[in-house]
Amino acid sequence: MTEDQSDVILEVRNLVVEFSSEDGPLRAVDGVSFAVRRGEIVGLVGESGAGKTLTSEAMLRLVRCPPGRISGEVRFRGQNLLALDEPALAGIRGKEIAMIFQNPGASLNPVFRVGDQLLEAMRLHLREPARSLRERVGEILGRVGIPSAATRARDYPHQFSGGMAQRVMIGIGISCVPSLLIADEPTTALDVTIQAQVLALLRSLARELGVAVLLVSHDLGIISQMCHRVLVMYAGRIVEEADVATIFRAPAHPYTRGLIDCLPRMDGSARLGTIAGVMPGLRSLPSGCPFHPRCPLAEPRCAEEAPKLRSAGDHHSAACLLVGT
Amino acid sequence: MAPLLEVRDLVKHFPLDGGMLTRLLPGRPGRVVHAVDGVSFVVEPGETLGLVGESGCGKTTTSRLILRAIEPTAGRIFFEAQEITGLSPAELLPFRRKAQIVFQDPYTSLNPRMTVERIVGEPILVHRLVASGELRARVRTLLEMVGLQSEHAARYPHELSGGQRQRVGIARALGLGPRLIVADEAVSALDVSVRSQILNLMTALRERLHLSYLFVSHDLSVIRFVSHRVAVMYLGRLAEVAPADELFKRPLHPYTQALMAAIPTIGDGRASIFDQPERLLEGELPNPIDLPRGCRFAGRCPFRFDRCAEAEPELKEVETGHTVACYLYE
Repeated sequence: MTEDQSDVILEVRNLVVEFSSEDGPLRAVDGVSFAVRRGEIVGLVGESGAGKTLTSEAMLRLVRCPPGRISGEVRFRGQNLLALDEPALAGIRGKEIAMIFQNPGASLNPVFRVGDQLLEAMRLHLREPARSLRERVGEILGRVGIPSAATRARDYPHQFSGGMAQRVMIGIGISCVPSLLIADEPTTALDVTIQAQVLALLRSLARELGVAVLLVSHDLGIISQMCHRVLVMYAGRIVEEADVATIFRAPAHPYTRGLIDCLPRMDGSARLGTIAGVMPGLRSLPSGCPFHPRCPLAEPRCAEEAPKLRSAGDHHSAACLLVGT
Repeated sequence: MAPLLEVRDLVKHFPLDGGMLTRLLPGRPGRVVHAVDGVSFVVEPGETLGLVGESGCGKTTTSRLILRAIEPTAGRIFFEAQEITGLSPAELLPFRRKAQIVFQDPYTSLNPRMTVERIVGEPILVHRLVASGELRARVRTLLEMVGLQSEHAARYPHELSGGQRQRVGIARALGLGPRLIVADEAVSALDVSVRSQILNLMTALRERLHLSYLFVSHDLSVIRFVSHRVAVMYLGRLAEVAPADELFKRPLHPYTQALMAAIPTIGDGRASIFDQPERLLEGELPNPIDLPRGCRFAGRCPFRFDRCAEAEPELKEVETGHTVACYLYE
């Protein structure tokens, strides 16, 4: 870890997101810690309700508080984003850290031309004459693969297909050349051939611009093909972290292993692996390890002790009492 | 043995500009969406036919047509060797029992104001299949078959998880003793760990009850898992039909090949399919209103040649059981 410490651009320490409710505080994100290095694509994977989206939104304080409450530290270039005042944070959001959401149709304003929305993002953050920014609009739209970009800049969002709208969102995201791009299920609403085009674009942009990407996805296949490093989330916690080759070749956490076994193989094997039950709700989190009621390897102590992330090999850690024993 | 279901040249065009004014104005031909444009296939008893394609390709319209939930513009549908196109609603009743559907969204396809018992029991009552005194026991048996307990009978849909709701949807379909189940994206709304439970359940039920499935999905890996044979659909037509093993080993149609190249499968973490843009399909689906002349895939096809623009290729058998609609193989 020490040799590449200088490359760390984002470090999340013990991030907690709670919501107050009649039954007391509900902890949706529970002590999440991880780092993202320059130019790296990190995958945050898990099933619905695991807390992936909330984690990425809380990092930029996009969670409404109250009823939410965010604690912990999000260090970005030496500053703790959770402690910044609103204007300082606004200067980072969209400029240094950009975000792309799942539904591109809902992320674009339907009553403004696409080019103007791109321009607005740049004018907000870049001190350059309007004319030079205006010239860059066509350039960026072209770069994200929109044909006849200059003409299309004058179109409205409804004139764009889902794939093209997501390209526009990526264009807005990279327009101020951020150092981190958070992409939350960016292709979940798209067809598989269009998804492939958009992900190929994202990967090539990340490489060319040296942008780090935090890719939130439920799709293990996408994570495997896109990311350098993977974080697996379950019930608000990171349960495993490793580089992409290791996590799929030698998963250490029973949940990760179970997830991989659940996928239909292209070789057409006869029966799928399953994980019994469903992810617990926040109101009924089990004691000890949150996965133990579904875990095929659970021992009595798993119901008592909540496991912390522990080393499962080189740059590989898992939150399971059975790891490393 | 006769196929369980046979579909011949099925066509569904949805009219556009259907307003009063256009109908009164002479000389303006009505424009149509070519949702399904000449589709033929069979489903054998005990077989799962996977129907795969991207959004807008007409796979859902096809499944609705087969159940006569909507009426075809042209074409014929045979079920157990009887033609069902043209039957009156009363004549359709036996067919309605034998062909059932499981929907994609277990959240909207169950009535929120009914208990599980009523949801599963109602079709049985409507078709008068059991005496009302035996209904309760019948519903219990069905719930057990899909892996639910009898305590679930008194619950409402909102008290159930997505996977449990989909089990209720399956139990409802099974209640009438169907021979064919149309599963329209039946596992697409579920998380992977729940999805695999439902897929295993559906496979086990097929074997136990000798069911046939028309399994409609956009997800090739799911299709690969459940299907005996697979039909690939593109813009209202079938591009390729083949046994599942054969199709995934040797996809022939350029669209099938591109579709497979675009699926992100778990790799070794070294090479990424997304770093090889030349292997990925360019462009997007053309508009199903103004279709290009010739092969509908030609505009995106890396192998197109002159002939592709002239006329639409028909499905031709290239090997036993493997048909493809592409001039490359003629």
